[in-house]
Formats: sequence, structure tokens, C-alpha cells
Amino acid sequence: MELVSPSLGLVFWMLVTFSLLLFLLKKFAWKPLLTSLKEREESIENSLQQAENARAEMARLQSQNEALLAEARLERDQIVREAREMKEKIINDAKVIADEEGKKLIARANDEINKQKLAALDELKKEVAGFSVQIAEKLVSKQLDNNAAQQALIAEQLSQLTKGQSQAG
Amino acid sequence: MPDFTVSSAFQSLQKKLLLAGFCAFFALQVMGNEAPATAHGEDAKAHTEAAGHKAADAHAAGGKFSPGKMIMDHVADAHDWHLFGHVSIPLPVILYTKSTGLKVFMSSAFHHGEHPHEGFRLTEKNKVVWEDASNTEAIYDFSITKNVFAMFIAVGAILLIMISIGRASQRRAGKAPRGLQNLLEPLILFIRDDIARPNIGVKADKFLPMLLTIFWFIFINNLFGLIPIFPGGANVTGNIAVTMVLSLVVFITVTINANSYYWKHIFLPDVPKAMYLILVPIEILGVFLRPFVLMLRLFANITAGHIIILGFFSLIFIFGAMKPGLGFAVSPLSVGFTLFMSLLELLVAFLQAFVFTLLTAIYIGMAVEEHSHAEHH
Repeated sequence: MELVSPSLGLVFWMLVTFSLLLFLLKKFAWKPLLTSLKEREESIENSLQQAENARAEMARLQSQNEALLAEARLERDQIVREAREMKEKIINDAKVIADEEGKKLIARANDEINKQKLAALDELKKEVAGFSVQIAEKLVSKQLDNNAAQQALIAEQLSQLTKGQSQAG
Repeated sequence: MPDFTVSSAFQSLQKKLLLAGFCAFFALQVMGNEAPATAHGEDAKAHTEAAGHKAADAHAAGGKFSPGKMIMDHVADAHDWHLFGHVSIPLPVILYTKSTGLKVFMSSAFHHGEHPHEGFRLTEKNKVVWEDASNTEAIYDFSITKNVFAMFIAVGAILLIMISIGRASQRRAGKAPRGLQNLLEPLILFIRDDIARPNIGVKADKFLPMLLTIFWFIFINNLFGLIPIFPGGANVTGNIAVTMVLSLVVFITVTINANSYYWKHIFLPDVPKAMYLILVPIEILGVFLRPFVLMLRLFANITAGHIIILGFFSLIFIFGAMKPGLGFAVSPLSVGFTLFMSLLELLVAFLQAFVFTLLTAIYIGMAVEEHSHAEHH
């Protein structure tokens, strides 16, 4: 029976001690401890959240970079393609112009040549006519009795003519 | 290495021989004890009975060993702290009576109950009574007894440990815990996250200091109780006064913080009115029964542990009293069992602290639980 009958003194001291213990621990142990635990938990959570945010930001930046890169690449390709096209166009244009110019030049040259040719022919005709008149004059002025002399005269005149022609030409 | 193997074989042989020798010795002792018993039958039984009576009688004079008395002495409270042999620490005796007022003196003044002091006398059961047996005036005994003193030591240890941890947590704010803080923080977190919060809910943090204090008070006192020598060995948490105050604290906390739903559940439960006759008394009884069971559970578990361990040790002396050799023969078994029980008690020390805290949390949770009015029962 002694074991299950609480003694007054022990109840009293237990009440005092436990109340004091509760008060002291609450003030000096549990409060700082639980606050620091809470703070640590919060800081861990925040850190994790920040890490998560940073990762998301990184992923966003990366995808942005990739998009930019792809865009740049596309642009570059376009520029290169355009440049190439332009080059070809320029070359083609130049070719066409040159062709035309050439053709024009050739045509002009041909015209000139034809003109010159016609002029030369005219000249020649005139010369020939003049020569013919001169020769005829000489022939007429000289006595046309000597056949042999006539022949020699004709030959001489002709050679003179050709010489003069070549000198003139 | 032939030499080595030979010598080691020789050593093991020596050990075996030694063991065999021991066994033979104990066997002989046991047989020697049994031989006359079988020879004289009734006579021997009568003899041991007589010896038992003598032991019980002789104990008053400090003679033969009586396990019951020894165990009760160890489990119960005392006015001095017995260390060993005739050495004990005297503790202050604080008495109050109407006629004498407050009296304070050391328990050594009683000389272990042999001498009366200032009209008071210490009984066999460590109770202070009037020397004059006819005096019936009430004595209010506020002595610092063994349990009170042991409790002070344990509480001092708790304060030292926990305040140092509390300070460390402030000093090293934002850093990783280390040392003692690192060791004990998981237990504190365990109480917060696995006991308080699941059972109490959103208001858990308000009750956390009390739950933590209860847990550590019980746990540390249980552990101190397992230390066989000073400053341990007192049966603080196995004392009904201590567990009574603990459960009283729980009861008061629950009663003060209980919300209207809790009281409605007790006095106006959602059952047909005719059932009130049965249900309301049961509910009211339950209110008091819960802390009462808390009180008994802790007291019984811890006291039982102490009794079992002491019982195993007593076996040595019980057998030793019959014949010294028998005591030696029993001692390995006894020590083995005691060791096993001590380890079990280590588990119980934690378990009972945990159970008490858990049930406290559940009771508080029942009292502060919020119910929406739409909810139907």
C-alpha cells in the first residue's frame, strides 16, 4: 500500500520542480531551440525554392539562348543565301549587260565596217574611175600606133596604180 | 607457425578445462546441497522454513537477507540515500506541524531510525512519526527525500543539457547543428513532427514546450533510475506521487484548453436523449480516467522494471543464504538476466516517456480539435 499512496512531500516538491523546469526550459531551451529549428527549416525551404527558381531561370535563359541562336543561325543562313543570290544576280546581270554591250559593240563595229567597206568601195570606184580616165587620157594623148609600147604603158600605169594604192592604203 | 598453433591449442584446452572445472565445482555444490535434503526429507523442509522465518524476524535487527524488504526499500522513497554498507548520504528532513511549526534537520539525526530526534521518530518504512505514539497530530512531511533529491539531480541535468543546446542553437544560428545539439535535435524534432503535430494539429506548437518537458523529464529520470549507483538508482518515475503530478499537469492542461466541442461531446453527445443516462457518466468518467491511467502506466512500468532487476539480483543472495556455492552458481544466470532486463529497461525508459508524451498529445488533440458545424456525426 505504501507504494501506491503518494506522499505529500514528494507531490509538493514534484509540483514545484516540474513547474520550475517547465518555465525554465520553455524560456531558455525550447523557445530558442524551436525558433532556430523553424528558422533553419525556413531557410532550407527558401534555399531549395531559390535553387528551384535559379534552375528554372537557367532553363529559361538556356532556351532563350537556344532560340536566339537558332534565330541567328536562320538569319545568317538567310543572309548568306541572299548574298549568294545577289552575287549570282549581279553576275548574271553583268553577263547580260556585257553580252548586250558586246552585241551592241559588235553590231556597231559591223555597221562601221560595212560603212567603211561601202565608203572604201565608193572611193575605189571613184579612184578606179579616175584612173580609168587618166589612163584613157594618156592613151588618148599618146599615139596608139605602137602596140608594144601601148602594152608597156598600160603595165607601167597599172603598176603605178597598184603602188599608189598600196601607198594610199 | 607450428609453435603458435600448438600454444593456442594449449590455451584453448586450458580454457575448456577451467570451464569444466567450474561446472564440476558447481555441480558438486548443488549435489552436496541436495544430498541431505533427499536423505532427510521432511526434516530439511522444516529447517528451511524455520530459516525463512528467522530471516524475516532477524531483518529488523539487520541480520539475514530478505528480498521483499530489500526490493521495497530500493523501490520506495527514503529519508537518506543509501550508498553501500553502512554509508549513506543524509538528506534534509523538513517537517511542519501545528504545535512545533517548521522543523528542519538532517536525516542523520535519526541514525537510521535508531534514535528519535526532537520528538520525532523514523519508522521501519522510512516514515517520520511522533516519538510519542499517542500523539495524533498530523505531520506534514516536506523532506528532501531520496526521490526528491534524485529528481533535483535529474532536473539539473536536463536544465544543463537543454539550456546549453538552446544557447548553442542561438549562437550557431543558421549553421548546421553539432555535438549535443546534433544528438538531441532529432528527438526533439521527433516529438514535434511525429507526436505533437499529427495528434494536435495546427495548435501543436503551443503545447510543444509542455510535451517536450514531460518527455525529457520522464526519459532522463527513467535513465537515471537505471544507473545502479549514486546519483542514479532512485525510483523517481516509478513513484506514484511523481506520476500523479505529471498526469495532473496533463489533466489541467487539457481542461483549461478544451474547446466547446470537447465539452459538448461529453455533456451533450449527438445521440438520442435516452442514451445520456449511460453515455454522460461514461464520458465524465473518461475525463478522469485518462490521466489516471497515464499515472498508473508510468508508475507500474518503471516500478516493475526495478523490481524485476532487483529480483534477479536477490536470487544470488537467496541461494547464497542456503549455501554460498549455490549463490555463486546462480550468479552468472542472475547477472545475465539482469543485464538482459537492464537493456530491456533501457528500451522501456524511452518507450514509457514516448507513450506518456504521445497519449498526452492525443488527449490535448481531442480537447482542442476543431470541428466545422457542417460536419455530421
